[in-house]
Amino acid sequence: MTLLEFNGPGLSEEQWKAVRGVATALKPQQALWLSGYFAGLADAARPEAAHAVPAGLPPAAGLSARTLTILYASETGNGAGLARRLADRARAAGLDPLLADMADYKPRRLKEEQDLLIVASTHGEGAPPTSAAGFFEFVEGRKAPRLEGLRYAVLALGDSTYEFFCGAGRRIDDRLAALGAERLRDRVECDVDYDEPAAGWIDAALAALGPVAGAAAAPVPAVPAAPVATVHDRTNPFPAIVIENLPLTGRGSSKETRHVELSLEGSGLTFAPGDALGVMPRNDPALVEALLSALGLSGGETLELKGAETTLGRAFGEGLEITAATPRFLERWAELSGAAALKDLAGDARSAFLRENHVIDIVRRYPARGVDAAALAAGLRPLQPRLYSIASSVTAIPDEVHLTVSTVRYDLNGEERFGVASGQFSRHAGPETVLPVHVQENPRFRLPADDAPIIMIGAGTGVAPYRAFLQEREARGTAGRSWLFFGERNFDSDFLYQTEWQGFLKDGVLSRMNVAFSRDGADRTYVQHRLMEEARDVYAWLEEGAHLYVCGDGAKLAPDVHRTLLAIVEAQGRCGKAAAADYLGALQESRRYQIDVY
Amino acid sequence: MTLLETDRSRDISQPLERLSPDETMKVESDQLRGTIAEGLAAPLTAAVPGDDIKLMKFHGLYQQDDRDIRDERRRQKLEPAYRFMARVRLPGGVLTPSQWLKLDALARDHAGNTLRLTTRQTFQLHHLHKKNLRAVMQGLRDVLLDTKAACGDDARGVMASINPALSALHAEVYTLARAASDHATPKTGAYPEIWYGEERQARGEGPEEPMYGRTYMPRKFKIGFVIPPVNDIDVHAQDLGFIAIVEDGRLVGFNVAVGGGMGRTDQAPKTYPRLASVIGFVAKDRVIETCDAVMGVQRDYGDRADRSRARFKYTVDDKGLDWIKAAIEDRLGFALEAARPYAFTTNGDTLGWQRGEDGREHYTLRVENGRVRNFEAVALFDGLRAVAEAHRGTFRVTPNQNLVIAEVEAADRPAIAALLNAHGLDALNGGSGLRRNSMACVALPTCGLAMAESERYLPVLTDKIDAILAAHGLSDEPITIRMTGCPNGCARPYIAEIALTGRAPGKYNLYLGGGFAGQRLNKMVLENVAEPAILALLGKVIADFAGNRRPGEHFGDFAIRAGHVAEVTEGRHFND
Ligand code: SRM
Ligand SMILES: Cc1cc2nc3c(=O)[nH]c(=O)nc-3n(C[C@H](O)[C@H](O)[C@H](O)COP(=O)(O)OP(=O)(O)OC[C@H]3O[C@@H](n4cnc5c(N)ncnc54)[C@H](O)[C@@H]3O)c2cc1C
Ligand SMILES: Cc1cc2nc3c(=O)[nH]c(=O)nc-3n(C[C@H](O)[C@H](O)[C@H](O)COP(=O)(O)O)c2cc1C
Ligand code: SF4
Repeated sequence: MTLLEFNGPGLSEEQWKAVRGVATALKPQQALWLSGYFAGLADAARPEAAHAVPAGLPPAAGLSARTLTILYASETGNGAGLARRLADRARAAGLDPLLADMADYKPRRLKEEQDLLIVASTHGEGAPPTSAAGFFEFVEGRKAPRLEGLRYAVLALGDSTYEFFCGAGRRIDDRLAALGAERLRDRVECDVDYDEPAAGWIDAALAALGPVAGAAAAPVPAVPAAPVATVHDRTNPFPAIVIENLPLTGRGSSKETRHVELSLEGSGLTFAPGDALGVMPRNDPALVEALLSALGLSGGETLELKGAETTLGRAFGEGLEITAATPRFLERWAELSGAAALKDLAGDARSAFLRENHVIDIVRRYPARGVDAAALAAGLRPLQPRLYSIASSVTAIPDEVHLTVSTVRYDLNGEERFGVASGQFSRHAGPETVLPVHVQENPRFRLPADDAPIIMIGAGTGVAPYRAFLQEREARGTAGRSWLFFGERNFDSDFLYQTEWQGFLKDGVLSRMNVAFSRDGADRTYVQHRLMEEARDVYAWLEEGAHLYVCGDGAKLAPDVHRTLLAIVEAQGRCGKAAAADYLGALQESRRYQIDVY
Repeated sequence: MTLLETDRSRDISQPLERLSPDETMKVESDQLRGTIAEGLAAPLTAAVPGDDIKLMKFHGLYQQDDRDIRDERRRQKLEPAYRFMARVRLPGGVLTPSQWLKLDALARDHAGNTLRLTTRQTFQLHHLHKKNLRAVMQGLRDVLLDTKAACGDDARGVMASINPALSALHAEVYTLARAASDHATPKTGAYPEIWYGEERQARGEGPEEPMYGRTYMPRKFKIGFVIPPVNDIDVHAQDLGFIAIVEDGRLVGFNVAVGGGMGRTDQAPKTYPRLASVIGFVAKDRVIETCDAVMGVQRDYGDRADRSRARFKYTVDDKGLDWIKAAIEDRLGFALEAARPYAFTTNGDTLGWQRGEDGREHYTLRVENGRVRNFEAVALFDGLRAVAEAHRGTFRVTPNQNLVIAEVEAADRPAIAALLNAHGLDALNGGSGLRRNSMACVALPTCGLAMAESERYLPVLTDKIDAILAAHGLSDEPITIRMTGCPNGCARPYIAEIALTGRAPGKYNLYLGGGFAGQRLNKMVLENVAEPAILALLGKVIADFAGNRRPGEHFGDFAIRAGHVAEVTEGRHFND
């Protein structure tokens, strides 16, 4: 039976009819959003006590005892030592603490914590040890969640000869309180002779946790999905706020690739690994100005665009493509300017001309005065949203979407030019910038439903979806093996998300990884060369049911990889060319070989 | 007490589990091989795994990262910019022009266009990428250089006075220093196997490391030879120091000094700098035996349970000097003669030209903090390459991080002088008496232990102190000032008249009262303070010095006499 035949958990006939009525009339997006909406309502309605049950835990466990986590920030080991001592004492007291270095702890987990004991030392101007800098940035940053329901205590290590004595301990203690967490015990600030005060704090903190079993659970607040008035899609994009935007490429890189994080809070938007995000860019204000002055227009001229009244300035800014020119624009401008040279352009000559002359170049070379704004606008294409593979998993990181954007930058007629969207990310999209976005589903690029092994092949920004894949598998605790082939230019500067892959490998989320850096050695190695080196195992994985993914920029990647795969199958499978082609064809048929290149 | 009676609960006689983890690491390393070869090949990181980092020190290699961009790269989700530093083994600091040219070439190809002269008379190549290490090591081998035991729990680079004037004596002492170095260098095949790709030799009879065994020394061990009256090597900072005794022009032997060292840790009173104690005299043909005896005592009785107490200086204080002397003599099989008289006047270098007794010329060039590269003002790196191309004598790296263009035939001096002048190198020997006697360790951005700037900051601070000195007409007064970025003491700060050791960015401890000839420890007068407080106090003491010093009285001696700081008579009391 389908969902709609199932008469809900104890719903009356009328209720069920009503629900069915609505449900059948819904678009998928709307249905998704409504599910969140109902969940929120239900959550809000629940009595306080019920919230003691932490996400994922069966009620029984939730009531019997609270979870205890011990985090430490330590540079020279003192704090680490004390944290270990604390953990031992906790175990002795019948508790089952999780002990972790802030360096290895995923701060997003804080939401789920119940009892938290922190040992933090201070280094430098009241700052935490560098290893804990990431944790502090998260907790002190705007992404930090509310922490009502969390009980905590802080032991601060320091040296009173420093100006900011125990600065880090103070900061984390105050911040957790500010986020709504309940302070179990006052902070103790230890000087270099920390043994006694630390021991005292350990006893006090453990005592404050209360009796082991049946500890009274503190309330967790309900977080109802804030009801939104509309459903967001391409025609009605969601205004997303940029919360992070920084270069992933290190100093000395020959290119720029950025990591962008956008907030989807309250959008009701959801997506699956493999989907892309559509981003509606704005043209560079400087370019808009330059174009207007080249045209001798003020920008105040009014015109109609998509059935709405607007000004030429706004149209240039948000409504029209004003960088690369189209044949249509060429014709239109030939008329407006009366430039004979433009009229005669045709065929290859015209294509070549259009490659070397964008709108602004044409307007400059063949000036025209008193141009009619509407007539001009009619010659320009409407500005299109740009697509970016989503680099994060909504399961692992709710309410956010991450992108990996490579900056398009080139020289034309002696000027440095930028791509509209990537240029905006590179220069005009600091935190708080608002960008209209929508989700572009991509059902042809999906993780296997089961634990089947996956082989991910990506060049440059092509690794973006694989970051989402692995986040998703980690969040779901999927056991399946995974193998990543990554290619870029230089190891030192272009190893996109290097520390994250290292982490995934350490935690076993990623089983294997091979890298090819084309500009490090004399001989140019690319991902397909690494594939070839691993031919035997690659084929073995495929035989064991592995799903194969190819993603990236550049038209060359997919064909090169495909040719290599053919060779691998032919050699390892000891079959002819045709059979190898059939082999890969069959994989594609069964959706086990998926390609997403742009 | 007899040798048998001593407490052995913390030394090599104990089972590994009672000793520090590093001891187990050494035993399990298969004589320093570990998994270094595998680590070098790992493609996803420019670093090597944990224990290999420690093992590679025995091969003269330190894993580091560019700390200037560490945090930037963390945000960028890139691992730290891991690089390696290679320290060359160069007994007595003597090298040939062709060796210089090789180091120059390696530095240009792999080490960021810079060489670093060290306070123990050798070179460091920084910024080496893991994948280029073999190329660098094999390049060094081409000119008969290696990096064996430049770091690690073994005998470190052996020092020897540079002594331009006394040619014959220098030659004799230098030869002994070389012999001591070769004798005390680990013999494991790990080095040629890993770095030169040689096959592992089938071992014949006997252990791979006759002297070191499988656990090597408890900690680094430093040997130095000094020729009075110039204490350039700071013989009192050595674990084992040999003080040349010359009678009617002939080297007869050496006074033996044991248990020197600088390293300490802030807020850890059980750690402190200590000056080596002179325990007697040995004839010059007994030097190698003496090295074996002294190292043997430290190897067998040194503290292997607590690495912060594992240096020989603590063994000496824990066991007592008499016990140590007895233990050494027991191994020598003869009693040390009574120490002979000697005197030190300075621990600095005499800059500029000096004529040796054999008539050859030596030019001592000041290299600020040992940093050789092309600066805006002077192209030092290129200049020295030009000199090396023309030079037919040798070079000597001084213990003050300077460089001697040594053994220049009188006839060649004008040509060398012209080269120095053409590249503006001779101008580097100017500066105040303070600057000419200043020394800073490397610290940021390469040193993993640095808590504050040193090499990059001392010159700036010196400018400011120079202004104060000038105001009191003391610009030419020789005063030793040394700075380190942490308390480890790599520039031997605790025997300087003025010293600063880093605590945190922009914050230092200030010490006063060290001996001008390196004969006395200094003492902390300000803790964990910034520049203004440092300059204020120095201003006060310098003004007093200008007004009330006795004729010829050194700044450090004055600081104590005038009560600005208490005298430290023994390392044990440094922290009192
Ligand atoms: C290059 C040099 C300073 C300089 O500016 O020249 C140096 C640089 C370093 N020293 Fe040193 N030490 C240098 C002479 C010294 C001296 C002076 C001496 O030996 O005359 C000392 C004090 C004497 C002593 O040993 O007590 C010294 C005491 C230390 C210590 C503290 C040892 C201790 O017993 O506490 C450390 C840290 C350690 O070993 O744990 C250390 C460690 C280091 C390291 C390797 C940091 C590390 O372990 O990761 C530094 C590398 C920095 C860099 O980026 O290059 N270095 N180090 C000197 C190289 C000498 C050589 O050619 O072998
Ligand atoms: C499904 C899909 C997923 C994608 N995923 C990603 C992703 O994850 N990361 C990512 O970075 N990109 C991704 N892209 C590409 C992305 O959508 C944009 O195309 C890209 O960012 C460029 O857009 P832009 O607005 O910055 O440049 P545009 O303003 O579109 O500029 C591109 C135009 O600039 C002109 N131009 C470029 N170079 C020159 C030159 N040398 N001389 C003259 N003219 C030139 C050309 O007219 C070219 O068409 C994806 C695309 C698709 C279809
Ligand atoms: C480089 C450095 C900077 C420090 N800065 C501070 C500081 O600003 N404030 C403070 O209270 N303690 C400071 N300390 C002291 C340490 O916090 C103290 O030694 C603590 O015990 C270290 O704990 P850990 O070993 O867990 O890192 C500093 C220590 C170092 C080495
Ligand atoms: S003194 Fe400290 S900071 Fe300076 S080089 Fe030595 S270890 Fe590094």
